[in-house]
Amino acid sequence: MVTGGVTKFAKAHPAMDFRLMVKRAYDYALKGIPNLTKDRIDGTRISYFSDHFSRQLKAASMVQDYLGMNPKGSVRIEWGGATGGECFQAAYEAVASGRMDVCLAAGYETMSRVATWKGNEFIALASDTNFDFPLGGFYTGYYALMVIRHIYQYLRLTRFAHIADEREAQRMAIAEGQRIMSLVSVKNHLNAMHNPYAQYPKQLTVDDVLNSEMISYPLTREQICTMSDGAAVAILCDERRAREFTDKPVRIIGVGTGTDTMRLADRPFGTVPLLPHEQTSDYEGLPYPGVHSFRAGRAAGIEAYRMAGITDPKKELDFIELHDAYASSEIQTYEDLGLCRYGEGYSFVERGDPFLKNIHYPFPTPNAGAIPVNPSGGLIACGHPVGATGLMQAVFAFWQLQGTIRKHFGDGTLQLKNPRRGAIHSHAGTGSSVTVSILERGFR
Amino acid sequence: MARAPPPVYEKFRDVQAEIERSGAAIFRDANGVESLVIHYPYSINYIHSYAEDSPFFLGLANGKLMGSKCTARRCGATFATPRGHCMRCGAATEWIDLPLRGKVHSWTTCHFGSEAFLKETPYNLALVEFEGIGSVMLVRLKDAVESDLYVGMPVEARFDPNPKYSITDVWFVPVR
Ligand SMILES: [Zn+2]
Repeated sequence: MVTGGVTKFAKAHPAMDFRLMVKRAYDYALKGIPNLTKDRIDGTRISYFSDHFSRQLKAASMVQDYLGMNPKGSVRIEWGGATGGECFQAAYEAVASGRMDVCLAAGYETMSRVATWKGNEFIALASDTNFDFPLGGFYTGYYALMVIRHIYQYLRLTRFAHIADEREAQRMAIAEGQRIMSLVSVKNHLNAMHNPYAQYPKQLTVDDVLNSEMISYPLTREQICTMSDGAAVAILCDERRAREFTDKPVRIIGVGTGTDTMRLADRPFGTVPLLPHEQTSDYEGLPYPGVHSFRAGRAAGIEAYRMAGITDPKKELDFIELHDAYASSEIQTYEDLGLCRYGEGYSFVERGDPFLKNIHYPFPTPNAGAIPVNPSGGLIACGHPVGATGLMQAVFAFWQLQGTIRKHFGDGTLQLKNPRRGAIHSHAGTGSSVTVSILERGFR
Repeated sequence: MARAPPPVYEKFRDVQAEIERSGAAIFRDANGVESLVIHYPYSINYIHSYAEDSPFFLGLANGKLMGSKCTARRCGATFATPRGHCMRCGAATEWIDLPLRGKVHSWTTCHFGSEAFLKETPYNLALVEFEGIGSVMLVRLKDAVESDLYVGMPVEARFDPNPKYSITDVWFVPVR
């Protein structure tokens, strides 16, 4: 990767249609790289999630056209919430296969063109429309079903195992889970205070998060990402050309994807596919994935880590930008990606491992800096214009590895000290498809 | 004669209200940039076939819950939500009757929802597990409020006496 650009994510950008948003992000990416001109780009991969939002089919053709890329080759990429991550990997594949020397990955979504609850309906149409959607299709509801079971499995049956009254034990476990999810929300919103691209930078307390509106029990408004308008681009090329364009390229050393059943109800109760640092005995008697974990995230992690030669991700990665559409799914994803064992996600947050060292959170974070997760603020605070989101993560990770956060953000607070490797993680509906890509600093 | 332009608003919320009233409005953003915004409705009637899942929906109309069982002797996987072929081994499945009672595997109460369901809020969704069946089923759980619900709660099926041939023809209620 040699450059990237992001538009500020916003609730609505009525003054820009999707073509202009992509153009702005593209112009930003090309700025300051004199050798990288349009004629050097061999083709594009363009991502957006839903035709419903703009009521324009084949909208990627209009982006290609607006950027003046015709007659170069292009493909539109769509894979639900993981659309941006898939687009990034599609561009990677175009270059890695030798088909292109330089490939532009561009993604966007304009979700403001319909009312919020209609937008939720469009997203819910990405669940089985015979068996799931008519029941009250609502993605926050689906993730709430998943986290209630995650809490049952990993808090009720552990921390609250000693409580004899079943219903009382479950209520206590849910309250504990809500409190810990709120720590994640506070983290991501507070990190975003230093990210000018973020839609919702906020200084929140745990109580603010807990007392925000209940959307689907136990998930409150501040634990959920919102709809956004936004675009992001990343330009990838082969290693030889990379040096020509920048003295600070970032290498893509691992890519992985995984999938799971469209219907949550069809998820099997089997065994955990292990990462190199885990053992069968870690998970004896654990029905997996059930509805509590994302098997697709685990599969994507296994593939990407294997390709990158990573055997213990927490030790070998310096940060992760992951798909926190819900504070719950951030915690579930720590476990899928092996930052901690399955079941340890809640204590991982309480110990402070995913927090930044140099930001003062309103509660103790003793292990802060162990492996910062969503230093940018993630989806919860940056917004989630679906087709752009995975590419936004790529751009933030790229700047992080280049050491250029201060230059692009106008604030160096989120710049980690000398990071060498980071991961990005893009995730679609209830974990039905997930991508993981590993990026590494490509210069000394 | 020049026609007057649509009214200008600086709040997007006001633009939304205006286009519903009169069909068009102008949004002026913080930078003074003006954009013309119009009302643009869209509706479709699909000719939707349930295809291989049809017996399930016909079953609901007769008060039956039907799942699937893999016909391969070495596999025999069972599924609470039906499917024509087994996801484990690929063999064809056969229809089985599911018990009409089960237990809550997980649950939530939706206080908001997609536009189509907003008027029904708050409503409960639950995944129901059935004795001896390998997967669960997503259902609407009625006659219970948020504070009643828990994992493991016994529930039973109810059927719409006037079936619409939709998954909403069945719902579950707590066993009393
Ligand atoms: Zn089978």
